[in-house]
Amino acid sequence: MSHNISISPETIAAAVADAVSAISAASDLASLRASKVSTVGEQSAVSKLNAQLKNLPHDQKASAGALIGQARAQLQQAFSAREAELEALEEAKQLEVESVDVTAAPAPARIGARHPLSLLQDQISDIFIGMGWEIAEGPELESEWFNFDALNFDADHPARAMQDTFFVEPIESHLLLRTHTSPVQVRSLLERELPVYVLCPGRVFRTDELDATHTPVFHQVEGLAVDKGLTMADLRGTLEHFARQMFGPEAKIRLRPSFFPFTEPSAELDVWHPNAKGGARWVEWGGCGMVNPNVLAAAGIDPEEYQGFAFGMGIERTLMFRNGVLDMHDMVEADIRFSRQFGVVL
Amino acid sequence: MKVPMSWLAEAATLRPNATPEGVMAELVKVGLEEEGVHKFDVQGPLVVGEVLEYVAEPQSNGKTIRWCQVRVAAAGKTAADGGADVRGIVCGASNFEVGDKVVVCLPGAVLPGNFVIAARSTYGHVSDGMMASGRELSLNDDHGGILVLQRMGLDPKVGTDALELLSLDDQAAEVNVTPDRGYCFSIRGIAREYSHATNTLFRDPAGHAHPEAVHGYSVTIDDAAPIRGKAGCDRFTVRAVRNVDPSRPTPPWMVSRLKLAGMRSISLIVDITNYVMLELGQPLHAYDLDKLTGGITVRRANPGETLKTLDGQVRKLHVEDLLITDESGAIGLAGVMGGESTEVSDTTRNVLIEAAHFDPITIARSARRHRLPSEASKRFERGVDTAIGAHAIARVVQLLEVHAFGAGDSFGADVNNVVPIQPVALPLDFAEQLVGVAYTEFEIVSTLEAIGCQVKMADGVLEVTPPTWRPDLRHKTDLVEEVARINGYERIGARLPVAPPGRGLTKRQKLRRNALNALVGTSAVEVLNYPFLSTEANRWFVRDADFAVRLANPIQEDAPELRLSLLPGLIEAARRNLSRGLTDLALFEEGSVFIPANKVVKTADLPVGNVRPNEKQLKAVLDTIPEQPKHLAAIFLGDRIDAQVATKAVSYDYSDAIHAARAVVESLGARLTVRQGQHKGFHPGRTAELVVTDQGRIVSIGFAGELDPSLTKAQDLPRRVAAFELNLEKLYSVAPDALQASPIYTFPAATQDLSLLVSQEVVAGELLQLIKQESGELLEDIRLVDDYRGSNIPDGTKSLTFALRFRAADRTLTQVEATAARDNAVAAAKAKYGAELRA
Repeated sequence: MSHNISISPETIAAAVADAVSAISAASDLASLRASKVSTVGEQSAVSKLNAQLKNLPHDQKASAGALIGQARAQLQQAFSAREAELEALEEAKQLEVESVDVTAAPAPARIGARHPLSLLQDQISDIFIGMGWEIAEGPELESEWFNFDALNFDADHPARAMQDTFFVEPIESHLLLRTHTSPVQVRSLLERELPVYVLCPGRVFRTDELDATHTPVFHQVEGLAVDKGLTMADLRGTLEHFARQMFGPEAKIRLRPSFFPFTEPSAELDVWHPNAKGGARWVEWGGCGMVNPNVLAAAGIDPEEYQGFAFGMGIERTLMFRNGVLDMHDMVEADIRFSRQFGVVL
Repeated sequence: MKVPMSWLAEAATLRPNATPEGVMAELVKVGLEEEGVHKFDVQGPLVVGEVLEYVAEPQSNGKTIRWCQVRVAAAGKTAADGGADVRGIVCGASNFEVGDKVVVCLPGAVLPGNFVIAARSTYGHVSDGMMASGRELSLNDDHGGILVLQRMGLDPKVGTDALELLSLDDQAAEVNVTPDRGYCFSIRGIAREYSHATNTLFRDPAGHAHPEAVHGYSVTIDDAAPIRGKAGCDRFTVRAVRNVDPSRPTPPWMVSRLKLAGMRSISLIVDITNYVMLELGQPLHAYDLDKLTGGITVRRANPGETLKTLDGQVRKLHVEDLLITDESGAIGLAGVMGGESTEVSDTTRNVLIEAAHFDPITIARSARRHRLPSEASKRFERGVDTAIGAHAIARVVQLLEVHAFGAGDSFGADVNNVVPIQPVALPLDFAEQLVGVAYTEFEIVSTLEAIGCQVKMADGVLEVTPPTWRPDLRHKTDLVEEVARINGYERIGARLPVAPPGRGLTKRQKLRRNALNALVGTSAVEVLNYPFLSTEANRWFVRDADFAVRLANPIQEDAPELRLSLLPGLIEAARRNLSRGLTDLALFEEGSVFIPANKVVKTADLPVGNVRPNEKQLKAVLDTIPEQPKHLAAIFLGDRIDAQVATKAVSYDYSDAIHAARAVVESLGARLTVRQGQHKGFHPGRTAELVVTDQGRIVSIGFAGELDPSLTKAQDLPRRVAAFELNLEKLYSVAPDALQASPIYTFPAATQDLSLLVSQEVVAGELLQLIKQESGELLEDIRLVDDYRGSNIPDGTKSLTFALRFRAADRTLTQVEATAARDNAVAAAKAKYGAELRA
């Protein structure tokens, strides 16, 4: 260590200038930080001058000390500034390195989907839940009594043969795959307290071969209301409300006389579908009517005191004309492309 | 019912230029739904021609053709196609002579099958038209030769429009008749309904001919075994017609109407009985009177009795079958089909016409039993007018007299045991109460009278006697339907009824949605499969299933059983997707499985409808119905993650099945525990039993894992197929009603890793449970993070590493405390599994 180094404003300035140029010369954070000891740390020229303060005459110590202090602050500042500058540069470089083509982002999982028939049943259920109705369910493998006898289908009446029924062995078991969800109506009337306002969605079965418009396994939704003073006007009002929820505010309904053993009077139901593919039109939608007094009697209800209405429609058919499905095969073949078109909304 | 327009016009007041479409549009208003239009598909010019001369010309192909000169217009006049009055026509038939009148299809005519007639060169001539056979005009099946009009009883002028002559320009409107309206299987019924729909005049075709008194023939109704207390026959009328000429042709207008109505022309006598049946709705039968032996008895069949029906089949009869018999034995299966022995033929001279009224149930059962649905049984099953028989016979007699030159005779019988129809009481205000429309008294009474009821009024209550053709009108609501339907459903207003406050979806319904949506969240796609399986597939996943519910009439013979598991259906769905090139699949289904247990047993007779069964009867019915628990199952195959940018493909395996099952269970608020398990049809070493603990009770809810590779191979699936199946009923039963919260502590946590060396036999899940249990309250979370096997640990061992997180409720935990808690667990693991702590 030399004793010749003099502490003067000039030597201090020269030391600072050397260190500042070294700091500025650092091209990256690593070399800047590596130079820290020699530019602003223990090994720096300014630190060395500082070490010689003790050799100065007493009267010069204060002013030289002040100068060195300023020099140190100046260096520290230069270092921090350069450090910030380099950090920013390197961060920018890093961001560039990390950039990706987001249009090629990998998918860590596929998106699942509900079956549209299942979604549609939920959607219809929600409409009626909103009206204070409840959702009733029943078994698919059903007793002939619930499916036919209790619904005023006489054992020998042609109406019974009209519904192409799957029977179970042995025939004497009187078990069948329900041909409609109407047995749930009977169960509801037997089990529930009056008044009853229930919706019965579910799977039903008829011995039709699968083709573009038929399937042996399909879905229905039926509604049943039994209360004091209900009339066909209540039936129409309910159906209109339902139709508007399903097909838009311009939807309306039309009733045509028909026959069902479990309703009297009975009607076919057409809906005016304002948004149908190919233009607004009337579409056959389902059947309905006032609950036949024999059905009420089968459930032990006095038809002189209570009246009710019922309606039913096919879910497949509704999906076909509401959502433009053209072929029944698409709904039953479990092709994932079909459900995926809908995801979880209809 | 197919309704020829010309026929309807006789009984109803049609608008000028009415079309079948227009008629159907009216009929639909009163409940007869439109089915379609039927026509002959023949377009003119079709004219009557006269054969002037012909030359028979043998051909090299062995045929002989006739080169004919045919007059198609009066001499010197232009023909209907604008051409000459005499044409040269080549004809292959030889059933005609010079002077015969024939139907000539002139160039421009179109025959069925869009067969356009044009002048064409053939057999060395230019054939300028065609002479038509009955079959070529779709009038009948006769292709033995061309139509010779004189033989059909016609001798029209040359040049006459043959379309009109043969009624080939007629059309039929077809409407669907609902089972309560038997009377609409007749022109009479349809015309009546048309008059209601349009408020126009109805001319009852029953008035065409008037019944005459008959006597002298012996008819006995002797029903020893009525069904449900009703005799099989309550009216039986017969009448003789003598000296008919059975060789007379059926008039073409009748052939046309029968054809349009869907019936074939057979012979004049049969055609006339069919014609009157279509007109009036009364099925009729014609016996050859000379073949009958003695009087007629209507009775049930005797055990072992047989009958040769007129289709030539010998039928074994059932004691419920109702028979028409004479002294020779059975001569007809009542209301279904006549017998061969007394059938009319081309030698019949004397005819006995029968018009009977049979019990619908008796006829329905016989028709079904013998698989002989006929035009007659269809009408009897739905109910025939009890008062129309004599009118129908009179009409048959009239037509036989005109067309077969027969003579009606008073020889016959009319046995009438019909119970008079009881009046129905209809309070005047009931229609409004049920329909919601304030009908006036006039509207109600006039509507009921219009449909044929007799109406009397007493103290504000109408006493309504329905007409004989409306056996369906039995209750006051039936009468109200008539009032509503005839006055138009468009009069019904709209009112939205207010249901009492509802309870929303049930817990079960909400949980179901949660479960399905949870699976969607794991990328799976919902499918809905048919529940029909083969006997073999139904046992892939079910042990000891020696019995499944079996259909008596499956659509596919090879899939007669109802499913015991959802998985075979999902496998089939996966195969279908694979066959379409969709190889990466996660499919799920929610649905019923059918567990017969020992439920499918013969039951006693069912309770009758229309009365509430007592609790015992109801229970007896309910007890026969097999359990049908809802299941939820899924199948996973192919890749879970596709090969993508900077990503390698990841295949589905057992862990995906377990994870998806866990997602379902947690979506119901329950917690899943996975145990090493076994299941039929599953890989013996890659299968988990899924359990849920409910208040200390361990409930097995299903299984998850990979399918047995031998099954996947046999089904042409990839070797590795993962799946699970859950019993939702069990899962619903353990789902909590209201989850109870644990407090969230916010003091700093202490984490520790714990590596234990154990035998490879030790089940990780069990060890984890033990550590959890023994670490005490301070343990907040534990996860298995590594399972190491290999060098630097002894053979047959593995090192399981768990990450533990400890936290205290009331203070910052020190590592010392955390270590102490952990050491407790280590000691327990050592004691139970011989676990050693690794450094």
